[in-house]
Amino acid sequence: MNKGRLLAVYLTVATVALIVIGTLWPVPTAVAYAGRGRLLQSSSTPEAAVENLAEDIRTQAWQKAYTHLANKAQFTEQEFVNDLTGYYPSLLTYSTLDKFEVRPLHASANEAEIELKLQWSTVVGASVSTRNLRVVKIGDHWEPEWPIVKEPIVPPQVIPVNYLRWDVIYRGAGDDWGAQDAEAPHVRIVDMHPVERADGVVILGELLNEDVVPAYVSVNATLLSKSKLPIASEGSFDKISHLLLPKQVTPFLIKFPNVNLSEVGSVRMEPLSTLVSASADPVIEIDNEQLHPAPEASLTGQLINQSGQVVNVAHVLGAFYDKSGQVIWVADEYIDRALSPQNPVPFEIHIPEDLARNVSSQRTVIATYTSGGSL
Amino acid sequence: MITRWAFLLSGMGLVLMQLAFAEERGMRLPKAVEAGDAFSIQSAGSEKATLYIIGPEQVLKREIQTGETTLFPAGALYNAGHYLAVLIGDSSTETGSFDVVPSSKPADLSFLARPSRLQVGIHDGITGAVYLFDAYHNLIVAPTSVSFELSNPSGTVEKRIMVTRDGAAWTGMDSTAQQGIDKFVARSGGISSTRIVRQVPGDPCELKMSARQAGKQVQLATEPVRDCNGNAVPDGTIVTFTATYRGLQSTVDVPLKRGFAEVQMAEHSGAMFSVASGVVLGNQIRWDK
Repeated sequence: MNKGRLLAVYLTVATVALIVIGTLWPVPTAVAYAGRGRLLQSSSTPEAAVENLAEDIRTQAWQKAYTHLANKAQFTEQEFVNDLTGYYPSLLTYSTLDKFEVRPLHASANEAEIELKLQWSTVVGASVSTRNLRVVKIGDHWEPEWPIVKEPIVPPQVIPVNYLRWDVIYRGAGDDWGAQDAEAPHVRIVDMHPVERADGVVILGELLNEDVVPAYVSVNATLLSKSKLPIASEGSFDKISHLLLPKQVTPFLIKFPNVNLSEVGSVRMEPLSTLVSASADPVIEIDNEQLHPAPEASLTGQLINQSGQVVNVAHVLGAFYDKSGQVIWVADEYIDRALSPQNPVPFEIHIPEDLARNVSSQRTVIATYTSGGSL
Repeated sequence: MITRWAFLLSGMGLVLMQLAFAEERGMRLPKAVEAGDAFSIQSAGSEKATLYIIGPEQVLKREIQTGETTLFPAGALYNAGHYLAVLIGDSSTETGSFDVVPSSKPADLSFLARPSRLQVGIHDGITGAVYLFDAYHNLIVAPTSVSFELSNPSGTVEKRIMVTRDGAAWTGMDSTAQQGIDKFVARSGGISSTRIVRQVPGDPCELKMSARQAGKQVQLATEPVRDCNGNAVPDGTIVTFTATYRGLQSTVDVPLKRGFAEVQMAEHSGAMFSVASGVVLGNQIRWDK
C-alpha cells in the first residue's frame, strides 16, 4: 500500500515537473505547431526563405507570408490567399497544409530556384501540389517570389441552361399498401473481374445505368470461399461515380486487403441503385487526355466546365483496358480546385507501373459536387 | 367393488341428464353469417344467461333471457372467421360455433402492378395482382371475376378477364412497341383501381453522328436518337463523344437535349471521332482537313 502511494506521488511530481519544463523551455517545433512562432527564423539561405514561407502557409499566417514575398507588388494578399486556398469553395478551402518539402533546383549568388512540394490534408485524403519558386537575395537575406496563378475571370454573362432535371415524388406513408412506389432504376454490371495485388484482392468492373432515370449507385461484393462460405464483404465506397445519368457507365473498384485470390472460389456482386433527384447539368469536357508510359505511368488531361455554374469538387475516375477491352485497372483523383466555367483544370491519375504496359485504352468519368446543389 | 360400480353409474346418469337438458334448451346458431349482416340466435329455456360470441379480434357479450330470440343488428360482426358462441346459464353452459363469411360484393381492391416503368416490347413484362376485399376489409375468397385492362395513349387496349383463386387474381401483360404512359386498370363488381405503367424506349439503335467545322473547332451532333422501335430516346440520356488524335484522347459525356446530343471538340486533322451511348456504339468519323 505504501509502495503504491509512493509511486503515485512520484508520478505526479514527475508529470508536474515535465509540464513546467515544457512550458518554460519549449522545443521550437512545438512552438511552431502552437502557432506562436516560427520553426526557422532566419532567411539567410534560399531554402530557409522558402521554408519560412511554407511554415507561414502551414500556420495560415497569410499576412506574414505575403509580407515576405519579393514579388508582392504583382498581386494582392487576397489573390495570394485565393491562389493557395482556391478562388471558389473547394477541397483546398477546407484543407490544411500537412507537410512540405523544399528542393533546390539551382542557385547563384543573388538568385535561386527552389521546388516547393506542398502536401495538403483534405477531407478525401492528401493532395500534393508543387510550385517552383524563384528566390532573390535582397540585402543580407533571401525573399521568395510566389509564382501566382490567377484564376481567369469569366466575363459577366448569362448562360442559359436548359438541361433536364429529374425530381422524384416517393409514395407517402398514408398510401394504400398496393400503391406503386417510384421504381428503382435498373442498373447492370457490364464487366467485372477480380485481380490479385500485393496488398490483397481487388474487384474491378463497370456498372451501367440502363434506365431512363438517374440513379444513385454503389456496388458491394462478397468473396466466397471454395466451400461457398463468405470470406469478406466490401463496398466500392468512393471508387465509383455514385450518380449515373441514363445510359451512363461508371467504373468501380473494391479492395479486399489481406485476401489471397487463391482462397476465393466465387464472388457475389450486389449492385445497389436508388432513384434520386438529379440534373443533367453540369457537362464537363475532358480534354487532351494522354496516357504516359512507365516509369511514373499516368493519365493526364484537362477538365473544362461547360456549364455556367462553379463545380466545387470534381472526382476523376479512369478505367484502363487491355487490348481485349477488359478493365485491368481503375484509378481516381480528386481535383482540389473548383472548376469555374470554361477554365481548364489539369488532372493526373497515376497507374501502377506493372499494369501500365498492358494498358491499351482508357475511359474517363467525372463525378461533380456543387455546393448547395443536390448531386 | 359394488360401491365403485354404483358411483360410476350414478356419474354417467348425471352426465346423460345434463346432455338431455342441453338438447332441450338447444341453442340454435346460424351456419354462416355474411360479414356485417344482422343475425339472431335462438335459445331454449327460461332463465337468465350470458351469451358470449368470440371470434377473430371481436368478442360480444349479451345478457339474455333463454327461450327468446337474441337479435344482433347489422354491423355487429364484421371480421370474417370462425366464431364460438358460449351460453352460460345458472345451471349449465352451452357452446356452439358458426362462421362469418366475407360479403360476396367487393367494396375495395388492392392492385399491385409491377413494374411502374419498363422498356417497350417486353413479353409478359407487366404483372398485375388483385386482392378483393369486402366493405369490412375481409378478403373475398369466393371465386370472383376481375378484368385487367392495359391501355396506351394511342388507344390500344389489352384486356384479360381472370377469376380469383383464394382471394387473388393475377395476370401478365406485354409492353407495347410504343413508348408512353399506359393506364393499367383492374375492375371487379363496379370497383376499379388504376396504376400507371410508363413504357420507356430501349437502347439507342443505329446511333449516328455528323461533324462540321465550327470556327476553330469541330461541331459533332447526333441525329435524333431513337430505339429500334422508332421511339425517341428520352432527353438526359448520356451520349459519349470521343476524339482520338496522336495518342491523345478527349471524351465528353453529353446528355441528350431535344432528342439529340451535340458538342464542340478541338479540331485536329487526322483526328478520329466516335460516339457511344451505354453499351451501344455509334459511327466513327475521321476528320481530314
